[in-house]
Amino acid sequence: MTLKRLLLLPALAGTLLAPACTAPPKEAAQLPILGERDIRPRADGGPADTLATPVPAFALRDQAGQPVSNATFAGRAYLADFFFATCPGICPKLQSEMLSVFKLYPTDARLGFLSITIDPAHDSTAVLRDYAQRLGVPDANRWHFATLGDRAATFTLANRFLTGVMPDTQSPGGLAHNGTLALIDDRGYIRGAYDGMNAQEVARLKAELPLLLAEIDARKKGVAGR
Amino acid sequence: MPLRRLPGFLLLLVLLPGCFSNNRHQGEKLYAQHCANCHGDKGQGIGRLIPPLAGSDYLVDHRAELACLLRNGQNEVIVVNGIGYHNIMPGNKGLSPAQLTNLLNYIESHWGNEAAPRTISEVQAQMDKCH
Repeated sequence: MTLKRLLLLPALAGTLLAPACTAPPKEAAQLPILGERDIRPRADGGPADTLATPVPAFALRDQAGQPVSNATFAGRAYLADFFFATCPGICPKLQSEMLSVFKLYPTDARLGFLSITIDPAHDSTAVLRDYAQRLGVPDANRWHFATLGDRAATFTLANRFLTGVMPDTQSPGGLAHNGTLALIDDRGYIRGAYDGMNAQEVARLKAELPLLLAEIDARKKGVAGR
Repeated sequence: MPLRRLPGFLLLLVLLPGCFSNNRHQGEKLYAQHCANCHGDKGQGIGRLIPPLAGSDYLVDHRAELACLLRNGQNEVIVVNGIGYHNIMPGNKGLSPAQLTNLLNYIESHWGNEAAPRTISEVQAQMDKCH
């Protein structure tokens, strides 16, 4: 009897402890939602709600002369950056990094590409088309090189995509800006912002992109997403 | 060695590296700092936007003009390996003849480029004739 009890004890302990060893069902890793927050005061005076906001509505024209808007990317993820065709500073590096992502998904309809010029006065449709072709992007439907037309409005839009832009006579090309690659999801939320000038950041983008694509796939299948 | 000389000897050991310049690999560092954004880590260029430096016929054919090109930049159509490029290349007015020499020697001895090394006086002489 005593011996039996002695044997029973470890068995009991094992039964109790076993659930702790099995991992809880894993939720798929999800990217955070970045960008502007909308603060909505509550009617009852309680703590205000802080809501994620999608990127604002935009109406651009691309290198094929076609309109590009939020609707162009409806139901799809897209990668966006800001550049200008004559930029001798960071743009070539930024665009070559974006190109390296593009080459991973050359025909994947789930992911679009958008480069918006911050020098709309110079970067006409023809200039953008020449730029795209020289970069090695013949298909305007895959990667839109687009202009908003108005410079000040472009700068405001850039800020909402987490790119800082300002005129600066000291900078090559007269515009100072940073090289953010912004990853936007199918609902317009910014899900990643990566420094295109930093190889590790670009590697992080390439590692995180499949997570977002999987999330969107799951959403389309009707599985609960975020 | 008497023990009382030891501190002096140790001090010498600590200070000795200061006597040597840190200019080794200066060309490579300057390339990463001033050129690689556009011309690429391996001189590959970008599509038809930025001409390659690796295996570039322009480097061979225009050897004597390269010091001035780096110093002043350029904004003309430039034909490299049969392809026309037209993008602004910024100048580098702040680079000394010695720095330009190291930079050119780095570019001209990598990625399949095999030009003879330049001397500082050679580069200085070319720069004296820059427009």
